[in-house]
Amino acid sequence: MFDTLTSRLQGAFQKLRGKGRLSEDDVKEALREIRRALLEADVNHVVAKEFIERIRERAVGQEILQSLSAAQQVVKIVNDELTDLMGGAQAKLARAAKPPTVILLVGLQGAGKTTAAAKLARHLKASEHRRPLLVAADIYRPAAISQLQVLGEQIGVQVFTLGDQVNPREIALRALDEARRGGFDYVLIDTAGRLHIDETLMQELQDIEKSVNPDEILLVVDAMTGQDAVNVASHFREQLSLTGIIMTKLDGDTRGGAALTVRHVTGCPIKFVGIGEKVDALEPFYPDRMASRILGMGDVMTLIERAQAAIDEKDALELEAKIRRNEFTLEDFLSQLQQVRKLGPLDQLLGLIPGMGKFKQLQGATVDESQIKKIEAIIYSMSIAERRNPDLVMKSSSRRQRIARGSGTEVRDVNQLLRKFDDMRKLMKQFSSLGKNPSRALGGLANQLKGGGGVYGGASRKGKKRR
Amino acid sequence: MGLFERLKEGLAKTRQRFADRVGSALFRRKIDDEVYEELEDALLAADIGVATTQFLLERIQKEARKQKLTTADQLMPVLRQLIVDILHAHSCEPSYAQSGPTVVLVVGVNGVGKTTTIGKMANYYRAQGKKVLLAAGDTFRAAAIEQLVIWGQRTGVEVIRQNLGSDAAAVIYDALSAARSRKADILLCDTAGRLQNKAHLMAELEKIYRVIAREIPDAPHEVLLVLDATTGQNAIVQAKLFKEIAKVSGIVLTKLDGTAKGGVIIAINQELQLPVKWIGIGEHKDDLQPFSPDDFARALFPDDALQTESRDPDDK
Repeated sequence: MFDTLTSRLQGAFQKLRGKGRLSEDDVKEALREIRRALLEADVNHVVAKEFIERIRERAVGQEILQSLSAAQQVVKIVNDELTDLMGGAQAKLARAAKPPTVILLVGLQGAGKTTAAAKLARHLKASEHRRPLLVAADIYRPAAISQLQVLGEQIGVQVFTLGDQVNPREIALRALDEARRGGFDYVLIDTAGRLHIDETLMQELQDIEKSVNPDEILLVVDAMTGQDAVNVASHFREQLSLTGIIMTKLDGDTRGGAALTVRHVTGCPIKFVGIGEKVDALEPFYPDRMASRILGMGDVMTLIERAQAAIDEKDALELEAKIRRNEFTLEDFLSQLQQVRKLGPLDQLLGLIPGMGKFKQLQGATVDESQIKKIEAIIYSMSIAERRNPDLVMKSSSRRQRIARGSGTEVRDVNQLLRKFDDMRKLMKQFSSLGKNPSRALGGLANQLKGGGGVYGGASRKGKKRR
Repeated sequence: MGLFERLKEGLAKTRQRFADRVGSALFRRKIDDEVYEELEDALLAADIGVATTQFLLERIQKEARKQKLTTADQLMPVLRQLIVDILHAHSCEPSYAQSGPTVVLVVGVNGVGKTTTIGKMANYYRAQGKKVLLAAGDTFRAAAIEQLVIWGQRTGVEVIRQNLGSDAAAVIYDALSAARSRKADILLCDTAGRLQNKAHLMAELEKIYRVIAREIPDAPHEVLLVLDATTGQNAIVQAKLFKEIAKVSGIVLTKLDGTAKGGVIIAINQELQLPVKWIGIGEHKDDLQPFSPDDFARALFPDDALQTESRDPDDK
């Protein structure tokens, strides 16, 4: 996410870095670049203008330009302002003093309300151990109710529906009763998508708001929205007392200018972001982390948190010891692959590592998940002894043939995996003797990853030599 | 209400805001840098994008020098003509098969209105007396198949489908043979929404395309990328990548009845040579129309606006 915006901004900063002290013209030039980058990222043109103005004031007003680290300081100012623009601190979901907490989801057609409702319910259930009730109040779009029911079943959350012949206000009221009786502590009401200028439907939302008095009214916004995000957000805000925003489809290659704009326009914090099609792809939104991601400084906090959730600490320690003793086997490789996959799509993970964006080799590298499945198949087709001692396979072509047959691959694929595995073991040696020159080791890793599809196969020797 | 009236009504908001902004930049005053700066803002606010805005401004400035224009209101017809030219550069006519069923593949990112567009398109062709068949190729999103089936019932059109989670290419394959054996005129193929940067989903789409091209050599006769009019500059990337993978031949611009201007289609025409073929301007089943650049430009810059913009700058 944000890749293009990131590289544009870094380009602008790069020019500054080359210089020692900065003249006002240098800053002006950089700001022009930044403005263009923001506009291309769909940041509202008025917001972009104000943003640039604030940075100019802060950069020029102080004695920054005279200092030797001027460029870094300008980056810091941009970082601060970006964080600020996106709301400063992380905003938590409200909780009613007396349950249930009622949450109303509203937005344009196709923003992703139904999916967001299900994801939020899953988040509440899995991460906070709550009992949410999903309410199907979209009676207009064909099959919207069954969509919610299917999702509810997937995540094991009850869905309340009265069909599509009852008016949404009635549905919301009866759902609330049901929640009180059934001991639910959150009620998530999915409403129909509507245009912000559709008065009848906006009235319907106001009716729901009045009768159930929600603790949260969340506006669901598609991250790919253009300049119109401002109109949409401000219209919804005028009609309803919005309390927050869910930004969806941030896993696209959108530059996410809407994220920067909407919070500024509505004054409501972005509370969650949707980052994938699966029901668990919803994350709380942290403005500071997002700012540093936009500036290409990575987001280690998120990476660590995801790792903590997905990886067993004892296993990790054991693995580390093995790597140090150089006893890493294909078995470990397989279990590691599976753990890493739990963290999320690999290309997304790379974006979280600071400085990774800078490795030119990595740009445009796509990690093909089907390659990983292939590797799993190959390893599963080996005997335990072979997994522990890959040399057995390397030495015997009949073993390789058998494995290829068993995994539905070619002998060539098996060879490639073994070769890659060998490379990786060497790389791990480098890692364990790290310490002195981490960036060099990282560079090595980057090379490995770029090797056309990565450590996980795909690259040929030839490809390597060419570089 | 005539077609043009509907379009005009649907675009009312678009026209108002855009023309207002352009108008307020271009009332009768001397042309100076400030005029161009305000015009730039107006174009950017319409999602026309930095590159195309720059292009338009340069052309306008050149024209202004050539024609020795002095006041800002004279720039309006120049701008309108430039936009009409861009939109006219490629044919907006839908393509049809020479013989046998016309296969239309509908693609796009999530939530742009693919299924709804297909429902409306089925209605459009039914009204022309054509035999239409629908293929429920979105086998991923919960209840997408049901949604298409409901559209099929509304328009009296048969839907070829399998279960949720089945292979989309297989559904399309079935639909192709059904279209041939039932002598359908038009087969409309729905697909799951996919973000253009998801390699595995784009590979799936490539497979669907391959299956169609293998079964009927000159098919698909039309590959339509559905774009949400509220989408900003990302639409250009979408168009580019979908064009690479599935040889998109035209754009359907949906949800033009909001305040969004859909200006990004000008950029897409200009940068990717992809014409808009249909527009969606409302929620009714007959709110989908073939796109007409002239009507669009006329709705964007109404004739009356050309004359009245010069009237009174203090109006605003």
